[in-house]
Amino acid sequence: MGHDEYQKHEAKILTPSFIVLLTLTLIGFALILLRFVKGIGAVSNMSDGYPWGIWITYDVATGTAIACGGYAMAILVYIRNRMHYHPMIRSAILTSMFGYGLAGFSVMVDVGRPWNAYNFFVPSKWQANSAMFEVAVCVMAYTTVLIMEFLPAILTALEKTEWKTLQHLLDWVYSRLGMERPERIGDRLDKVKELAAWARPRLDKILIFIIVLGITLPTMHQSSLGSLLLIASTKLHPLWHTGFLPLLFLINCMYIGYSIAILESVLSCYAFKRPFETKELSGLARIIPWLTVIWLTVVIGDLAWRGQLGKAVSFDFYSRFFLLEFCLIACGSLLLFSKRRRESIRWLFVSAALIVLGGALYRFNVYLIGFNPGKGWHYFPALAEVMITVGIVAFEILGYQVLVKILPVLPKLHTREQHAAAAATDATTPHHTAGQKA
Amino acid sequence: MAKPSRRQFLKIMGATGAALLAGKKAQANEGHKINNETIGMLYDATKCVGCKACMSACKRVNGDYGSLSYERAKFDTDGLWDAPQDLSGSTRTLIKLFKQSEQEWSYVKYSCMHCQKPSCVSVCPVAAMTRDPETGIVDYNKNTCIGCRYCQVACAFNIPKFQWEKAIPQIVKCDLCKNTNLPKKGISACAEVCPAGAIMFGKRKDLLEEAEKRLRENPGKYINHIYGAHEVGGTNHIYLASMQFNKLGLPTLKEEAPAEFSEKIQHTIYKGFIAPVALYSTLCFIAVKNMKGHGETEKEHETKTDKGGDH
Repeated sequence: MGHDEYQKHEAKILTPSFIVLLTLTLIGFALILLRFVKGIGAVSNMSDGYPWGIWITYDVATGTAIACGGYAMAILVYIRNRMHYHPMIRSAILTSMFGYGLAGFSVMVDVGRPWNAYNFFVPSKWQANSAMFEVAVCVMAYTTVLIMEFLPAILTALEKTEWKTLQHLLDWVYSRLGMERPERIGDRLDKVKELAAWARPRLDKILIFIIVLGITLPTMHQSSLGSLLLIASTKLHPLWHTGFLPLLFLINCMYIGYSIAILESVLSCYAFKRPFETKELSGLARIIPWLTVIWLTVVIGDLAWRGQLGKAVSFDFYSRFFLLEFCLIACGSLLLFSKRRRESIRWLFVSAALIVLGGALYRFNVYLIGFNPGKGWHYFPALAEVMITVGIVAFEILGYQVLVKILPVLPKLHTREQHAAAAATDATTPHHTAGQKA
Repeated sequence: MAKPSRRQFLKIMGATGAALLAGKKAQANEGHKINNETIGMLYDATKCVGCKACMSACKRVNGDYGSLSYERAKFDTDGLWDAPQDLSGSTRTLIKLFKQSEQEWSYVKYSCMHCQKPSCVSVCPVAAMTRDPETGIVDYNKNTCIGCRYCQVACAFNIPKFQWEKAIPQIVKCDLCKNTNLPKKGISACAEVCPAGAIMFGKRKDLLEEAEKRLRENPGKYINHIYGAHEVGGTNHIYLASMQFNKLGLPTLKEEAPAEFSEKIQHTIYKGFIAPVALYSTLCFIAVKNMKGHGETEKEHETKTDKGGDH
C-alpha cells in the first residue's frame, strides 16, 4: 500500500452545487456572527430546561458518529487486516476530519464562554469525573490525529505541484507592478517541495502509531458521548437511560461508520460520475448486520433486565420513537443479510441509509427526544438555530467537494479494479464488473 | 488472517461490556459520607406567608455580585418589579404558590439545594462548579466556566440557570451569599429578612434536629417527610411542607446520588488509565503485525501476481 493508489478528481470546482452550498454556508456563518453579538437566546430556542439543543444533539453527538467512517475503516484495514479496502480510507478520513473539526467548531458556537476553553489545558482544572472533560480532550486529540492521517495527501500534492496557479498569479502581479519577479520566490517554492518530500517518508514510518491512536481515541470518546447522559437519571426516559449507554454508543458509532462509508462512496461515485465500488461495499455491508445484531441484543436484553419492555411497546410518545429507531436499524440489517441485496448498489444504499437514520435517531432519542426536564419545558429548534447547523453541514460538504478536486483523495481507478478482484475472492462471491467503466 | 483478528475485535467489545457489568456490580464501593457539620437552610412551607421579602433581599444583596447586574431601574434596587416566573439568569431564589383547592395550597421556595454529592460539580469539565468541603456550599466560578451547560443537564432540580440573552453569559445559582451577606452577617440574606421565620439558617445537623422536632410536635400538620434529608445523597437545603413535595415542583428522587452512578461507570472504564493504554498497545501490536504481513504479501504480489488474494 502506497500513496500512489489515490488520485485527484479532475473536474471544475465552480459547479452549481458549489454555489448553493456556499450560499447556505454564508447564511449559517452570518447567523453565527449574530449569536456572538446578541447571545445564544437570540438565535436558538434552547432554555434552562433544554440546555442542549440540536447543536449538541446533531453537530456533536450525531455528527461525530456520522464522521466515524474513518474510524470504522481504520479498524477494518489495520486491525482486521483487510488491506484491499485501503484505497477507500483516504476519503473516509477526509470526511471524518471535516466531521470532527466542525463538531469542535459547533461546540465553540454552542458554549457560552468559549474564551475559557483554555482551561482544558490547565492541569489544576482537569476534572476526571466529568465525561464531558473526557469527550472534549479526546475530540481535540482525535481531530489533530485526523489531520496528521490526512497529511500524506497534502504532502504528496505539495511534492508534485508545479505551483502553476501561483506562478501565473505572481507573474501577473509583478507585470502589473512593472517589476522583474525576484528569483528567490521560486527558490522558496522549491524549498517547500523539498521539505514535503523530506517529511513524507518520515511521517510514513510513524504513521501507523498515529493511525492506531486514531482508533483508540474514538473508542474512548464515542463511549463517553453515551456516558454524558448517565447523570441525567431523572430526566432521560428509562427506555434509554441505562448503564450500558457507553457500550451502546460505541457499537452505534461503528455501524453508523460502516454505513456512512457505503453512503459516501455511492454518493460521491454518483456525483463525480465514477464507477461504483460494488465489491468493496458489499464486503463492508457484510460486517454491519453483525454489529447491529449485537447492539439490538444488548438493547433488548437490558430493557428486559430492567423490566422496561412493557414501556417499549406501550405506543406512547416515547415508545413510538423507540420503535421507529429499532425498526429502522432492524430492517436495514435484515436487508443486508441477503447476499443478493448486498451486491446491488440500490439495496446497499437503501439499507445503509436506514441504518444511518436509525442510528442517528437513537442519538437524538438519548439527547433530545427522550430527555424530559420536567413539566412546562418544551423544545423545538428555532429556524436560525437550524440554519446554523445547515450552514456548518454545507461547509463540510463544500470542503469535501473542493479538496477531492485539488488533493489525491479518491481511489485511483485502475488500482481499484485490482482491489475489487481481491475483495471478490475475499467475499467468495463471483466477480462481476457491473457499473465499472473499462 | 481474517478469523483471529475478528475474534480479537469481538474480545475488545466483550471486554468493554464486562467492564460495564463490573461497574454495576461494584456498587456501594465508594459511597460518600454525609457531612452534617456543613451549613444549609430549612424552609418550612407551612410558615411561609409568600411575601417574597427573601427574593428582594437576594437581588439587593447579590445583584451586583459576580457581574450579575442586569438592566434594572435605579429606584428599583430590590428588583420588586422583576416579577420573575421562574429561577433565571437574574433570579437566584423564587417563591411560588401551588394551589390545588381552596383549602389545599402551599408556598414553596426555590433555590440551590447544595447537595452533599452535587451532580453539577461531578459533571463540570473544568471544575468551575465546586463544593466547599468545610461549608458544603456549592459555588460557581465564572472565570473558569466554559458555558457548556452540562450542569443544567445534570441537575435533578433544574437549579443552575444560564443567561441566554447575553453575549457574555454565565451560570447563575444560589451560593448561600458566600461572598456577600454570609461573611458580613453570618447568615444568608433570605433567611435574615424572612419575617415569618420560615427560613432557618444553620448547620445541617441542627436543621435536621429542628425539622424532626417540628414533625414530632405537630402530628398531622406536615407530610411526614423531610425533603432533602436523603434525596440524591442528601441536600443542605431541606424542606418541610403540608403538601406532597412532587406537587410543589420538588421531584421524587432516589437516595443514591446520580453522580455516584455515573462516576462509578466512568471510574470503572478509566481506572488508572489502564484500559485506554492497554487498548492502544494491543491495537498497535495487531496493526504493526498486520502491516509487516502485508509488506511481505505485497512483495509476493509483485513477483507472483496471480496469488494476490492471500491477504
